[in-house]
Amino acid sequence: MNPIRKQKLLIVGVILGGAAVATALLLLAFNKGLNAFFTPTEIAEGKVTGTQNIRIGGMVKKGSLLKEGLQGTRIEFIATDFNEDVPVVYTGVLPDLFREGQGVMADGHMDAKGVFQADSILAKHDENYMSSEVKAAMEAAKNKQAAKTVANGGAQP
Amino acid sequence: MIPELGNFALMLALCLALLQAVLPMAGTYTNSQLWMGLGRPLSAGIWVFMVLAFACLARSFLHDDFSVAYVARNSNTELPVYYKFAAVWGAHEGSLLLWVLILASWGYAVSLLSSKLPLDIVARVLSVMAMITAGFLAFMIFTSNPFDRMLLNTPTEGTDLNPLLQDFGLTVHPPFLYMGYVGFSVAFAFAIAALLTGRLDAAWARWTRPWTNAAWAFLTVGITLGSWWSYYELGWGGWWFWDPVENVSFMPWLVGTALIHSLAVTEKRGVFKSWTVLLAISAFSLSMLGAFIVRSGVITSVHAFATDPERGMVLLALLLVIIGASLCLYAIRAPVVKGSASYAANSREVFLLINNILLVVATAMILLGTLFPLIHEAIYGEANRMSVGPPYYNTIFIPLMALLAFFLGVATFSRWKKTSLEHLKQNLKLVLLASVVLGIGLPLLVTSSINPAIMLAVGLVLWIVFGVLKDILDKTANKDSRLAGLLGLGRSYYGMQLAHFGVAVLITGVCLTSHYSIEQDVRMKPGDSVSIGDYSFEFGGVVERKGPNYDAQSATINVSKNGKAYRVMNPEKRKYHARGDVQTEAAIDTGFFRDLFTALGDPRGDDAWVVRLHVKPFVFWIWLGAFLMAAGGVLALLDRRYRYRPVLLAQTTEAPSATAPDAVMAKVVNS
Repeated sequence: MNPIRKQKLLIVGVILGGAAVATALLLLAFNKGLNAFFTPTEIAEGKVTGTQNIRIGGMVKKGSLLKEGLQGTRIEFIATDFNEDVPVVYTGVLPDLFREGQGVMADGHMDAKGVFQADSILAKHDENYMSSEVKAAMEAAKNKQAAKTVANGGAQP
Repeated sequence: MIPELGNFALMLALCLALLQAVLPMAGTYTNSQLWMGLGRPLSAGIWVFMVLAFACLARSFLHDDFSVAYVARNSNTELPVYYKFAAVWGAHEGSLLLWVLILASWGYAVSLLSSKLPLDIVARVLSVMAMITAGFLAFMIFTSNPFDRMLLNTPTEGTDLNPLLQDFGLTVHPPFLYMGYVGFSVAFAFAIAALLTGRLDAAWARWTRPWTNAAWAFLTVGITLGSWWSYYELGWGGWWFWDPVENVSFMPWLVGTALIHSLAVTEKRGVFKSWTVLLAISAFSLSMLGAFIVRSGVITSVHAFATDPERGMVLLALLLVIIGASLCLYAIRAPVVKGSASYAANSREVFLLINNILLVVATAMILLGTLFPLIHEAIYGEANRMSVGPPYYNTIFIPLMALLAFFLGVATFSRWKKTSLEHLKQNLKLVLLASVVLGIGLPLLVTSSINPAIMLAVGLVLWIVFGVLKDILDKTANKDSRLAGLLGLGRSYYGMQLAHFGVAVLITGVCLTSHYSIEQDVRMKPGDSVSIGDYSFEFGGVVERKGPNYDAQSATINVSKNGKAYRVMNPEKRKYHARGDVQTEAAIDTGFFRDLFTALGDPRGDDAWVVRLHVKPFVFWIWLGAFLMAAGGVLALLDRRYRYRPVLLAQTTEAPSATAPDAVMAKVVNS
């Protein structure tokens, strides 16, 4: 083989090898690091099965936050999209902007009792902020509720 | 009056930028010395008016001129004066002004420091930079003008600067970051000029290298400051979150690192030419992509910039024009600048190619992770949203960087063109043996447990450090004395070794902190105490304290070491008057070998609070390593060869083998 062709072959070989390693890593990484997003309504509809890691989003229901008199640093609250509720349990420090009536996202998994076990709680560093995920979820839930009302209204003469 | 003056200065700067974008470039086609020569005075003019505009906005902040909408939204009479100044770039409009000011400053710096360059190259480079300046100026003036007034209902009090940003780290983080982002525009402009002329040789690489090094060093410092700031200001004790906004600053850095290395090959050997140009275009394109992602709100992130979809669309259009045009130009012209020297499979060129591939693959994967939620939503609709978490990034990034660290050690000993395996074996035998033995031995000795990940990390760190030391010893071995040998090595050589040593320090910090940090979030009542290692933390309760523009709940934590009183730490929760935002202020005891990190959580009744107590070994090394890398970059750009030996360079033996276009190039440069 002439040197230039040999060199080209080498470069192609290195690139292909790199691409193969990269693809393998990528598949592994997607398996580990990808979280699907669910709303309380979707959870109530049974879209989540098993205990894989997911992210949920909604509002912290007013009057639902329980943090005194629990074991250690455990807290409990209810995440809602004003259509369905999900109870959430979390152990650790809460972000500064976490409060009742504000938007919240949490990463974790559903346990057998239908309680969301959160590994981390995300609240945005902006008072007026609502993540696009939560906003869209709220809209969807509102539409569902409206549809329900219409359906009920239609049943009554 | 002053804000109008600032607005006027912006418009004048835009006019001058438009002139500069057209005239010098047109001059290169009509061969008009006069038009080409306009580049330098025009860039000085743009810079003067940008400084004036910046000064006007700063004055409005310092004088609490709340008739300026931007000032009213981001300042407050209670705000300490240094934060009033820093608030100039605390939100979208002002940070854009800083961005353009820095862009103009780079342009002006190029015009000042390019006296040795051929006039037509200078003209093209300055024109390309002016096109970018004009684009961003127009975007600022028409969609996000910082000087917009509210003259009818002038508020008497401002809404205050976001409390997260009221901090020294923030005062310096954005300017450094922008110096880095925007600094890549110089390499970008040089690349475009090279594509336009088809002249791309060792001299071109030599002009581009110091600018790229400077931008890269600034970006390194900027990212490091950001990481340090999030460590002590966000109250989580973490230093990297793989947040989209961190990612978009990291991607240009990775590509910039690849660019620095590929420029070295282009300068020394005259190959990788079109690849180098593509990297230069990519580095700046990724910088602008970062600006778009941060400011348009398309991606959910903890970093809040005022987000406005309309602005985002304009910025996206600007981005597509700049990136699209430069990639089109690349597609058409890249074959012209092809390299022609040959190199063997086992040469420094190939090792640097491996470096480039690893860095670019890492960048591509981070880009995929960052944009994946968007892509997924676009394909599967809004109902099926995904988020990408840190495990994704760690799984990919850590093995790639381990490979990079390994090849870094080999590449230092490899030679240009061809390296015999015998040579590598001889040089690396001892280094390999020492790093394997100590890499396994040291962690075993200190922790008396077997942890393969730590052993691999320590081994790689020693592999780099011993490699650096051995190379310096080898290079000075044949000189009259060691000292003479050490003095004889150039600054760019020391810069390289210092930066590589910085990589080793950084890896040490990252690995040891990640593995050996002890983190406890505990509920504590006054009098409770918790022991972590040698340290004991006793909670003394929380008292109220008044700050200049906030009320704080300040905790007292008495720390003792091995039973002896060590120090008192006061982490706080601050409630800022103007916005009512609550902000955690961590208390940190910084040490060379370990940090003590304490932060106050939320109250849990009966005077009990949740308290975050961390002992983080070697966390300081992360920032130390990054600063060493930046220092290495600066040292390298101060190398004599970038300042002396002007145009004659193109004749020296360092120029690549004389192929036809290169020979033409050398002639043109000399004329």
